[in-house]
Amino acid sequence: MSETSTEQYNFTIVRGFAFSALFWLVIGLIVGLWIAFEMFNPALNLTPWLSFGRLRVVHTNGLGLGFGLAAIFSVSYYILQRLTRIPILFPRLAQVHLYLFNTVIALGALSLFAGMNTTKEYAELEWPLDIGVVVLWVMFAINVFGTLIKRKEKQMYISLWYIISMTVAIAILYIVNNLAIPVTLFKSYSVYAGANDANVEWWYGHNVVGFIFTVPILAMFYYFLPKSTGLPIYSHRLSIVSFWALNFAYLWTGAHHLMLTPLPEWIQTVAIAFSIFLIAPSWGSVVNGYYTLQGNWDQMRSNYLVKFFIAGITFYGLQTLQGPLQGLRTLNAFFHYTDWVVGHVHMGTMGWVTMIISASFYYMIPRITDNELYSVKLANTHFWLILVGQFTWTITMWIAGIQQGAMWKATNPDGSLMYNFLDTVTSLYPYYKLRFAAGVIYFVGILVFVWNLIMTVRKQPSQAVA
Amino acid sequence: MGITSKPVVFAVLAAVVILIGTTVTVFIPLFMPSTQPVSAYIKPYTAVEQEGRDIYMREGCNNCHTQTVRPLRTEVLRYGEYSKPEEFAYDRPFLWGSRRTGPDLNRVGGKYPDSWHYKHLDSPQSMFEKSNMPPYGWLAKNRLDTQYSFKKTSTLGYGYSENDVQQQIAQYRGTVTDERYPSKESRNNVTPTELRKEITEMDALIAYLQKLGRDVKKMEATK
Repeated sequence: MSETSTEQYNFTIVRGFAFSALFWLVIGLIVGLWIAFEMFNPALNLTPWLSFGRLRVVHTNGLGLGFGLAAIFSVSYYILQRLTRIPILFPRLAQVHLYLFNTVIALGALSLFAGMNTTKEYAELEWPLDIGVVVLWVMFAINVFGTLIKRKEKQMYISLWYIISMTVAIAILYIVNNLAIPVTLFKSYSVYAGANDANVEWWYGHNVVGFIFTVPILAMFYYFLPKSTGLPIYSHRLSIVSFWALNFAYLWTGAHHLMLTPLPEWIQTVAIAFSIFLIAPSWGSVVNGYYTLQGNWDQMRSNYLVKFFIAGITFYGLQTLQGPLQGLRTLNAFFHYTDWVVGHVHMGTMGWVTMIISASFYYMIPRITDNELYSVKLANTHFWLILVGQFTWTITMWIAGIQQGAMWKATNPDGSLMYNFLDTVTSLYPYYKLRFAAGVIYFVGILVFVWNLIMTVRKQPSQAVA
Repeated sequence: MGITSKPVVFAVLAAVVILIGTTVTVFIPLFMPSTQPVSAYIKPYTAVEQEGRDIYMREGCNNCHTQTVRPLRTEVLRYGEYSKPEEFAYDRPFLWGSRRTGPDLNRVGGKYPDSWHYKHLDSPQSMFEKSNMPPYGWLAKNRLDTQYSFKKTSTLGYGYSENDVQQQIAQYRGTVTDERYPSKESRNNVTPTELRKEITEMDALIAYLQKLGRDVKKMEATK
């Protein structure tokens, strides 16, 4: 242990990506609030650049790729160094990776504002930026595998498995789904047509959620939960089984996003079966998390980080139950295309993903800057604000979804439709207002989070302990 | 444990595991003609319709409007015949969407006259006071850029010659600028004087909307 002291690790890169993540988080949420307002008051569609159709994509990409990926790169570089017990192999490459990443995300946001949009969900960037994404992913992969090969710790811990599978899977998903024939520098057409394009896209869309919003977040969970509680993971065997089962099953399930569309029925049915199966490995990690705390549940009160981890893994558990159930044909016929699904996504992103990233940053940032966290009290405030904000947000959208789904299906005794389409939209405006308010609460919570971390790094480093 | 100390072997194994489901549910269907059947009744988009489709994509219309009618009773009642796979043979990319903030558009072609679309796109709220759709009046103030129209249709493999494309554009310009064009008044109301003899982005978008679901009606009629 003694031969590698903390000073040798490259934490500059960890910090660079962490604050990039916080920056894109704030931008993405402001855009989110803007479009949430547009949903009940179209007056905010002031210019083409601010119209809902363009902004929604800036929101999803800004948070998914900007915030999500930056946080993942930050934590991956940290975990990688700690678990291999060597500094990152190519620090200069990592630095270029950071600059390129922020350039691509900034250009991505601008191009989406300008309407350069392939329309494939979560893959909207046009081809030159796609190439940028591939290049920065290769840079990341070189450091991941280089550092792993040179590592000093013989066994790779669970978190590293998840980082490896993310690195491999995202490369395959991103390249296959974005294959396109360019017409100009800013315009291209997908190489796949119609039903095939839909199938490729939702194989990607579903798994990009799997391998960005699940796999690396589990890597954080498996690393930081034991670190911050001092308790070992309950079952190593369960984590092995969960890992391989999750990696195997995830890729079969994309077509549950295409229920009752012209996609061949067999692909839909296979997707339903594997979606149900996927509950098992997902809950494997949930159970592993809960059992790790057995006998130590008092830490929920005494250790502020545990609250984030346990609330986060609980939302992951709810999410991975709700998802497969929504995929069932009968339920899907009712819920699909409504706000129910919007609620579902946001429980995952605002609950699970953000809570785990928050706790990981709270653990990591003070350690890499040799400081104490600025304020545990603010961290607790942050926790409760985002919990209340997220819960209000998602529950509101579930109710809105149930209402609109029911109104779409309602018929009069003579068999005619009871509501015209616009009635089903305007009936949602009260929910949209409540959703906006919940978003504001959540946003305030995030500002507290960002403030807390900025103040932590701005403090003078505590005197080094001899 | 063997593989947890061999990162490269571990990565290869992970890739294999990931590619199994991918191959069965995504790669193999790509080579099965039944995944995306074709029909002689379904025609590719004209150059102007394709330009309209590109504007639909640019503005992210797909973020609020779906283009798949599901085989459900109330859905067929609301929108019309459910979507058939053949209809999408020329759709690169597909535009089925995932959230129906506005109504489905797969059967909107021919449902309303062009004049309805000019008024509605210019100001949805003038027709439906409480609608939350953004206004798109500015599309009528942009001249349609057709410099890449031929390159686009040839990239998409529609089989038009450069001459065909010029003819399609001239023909549509003729239609919308004709004195007897039934939607002339609504078009003039939203189009600035200097663009009234040209094709605007709004003209092209409407051409695209009117194409949606048009050919499938002929296909269904023969069944």
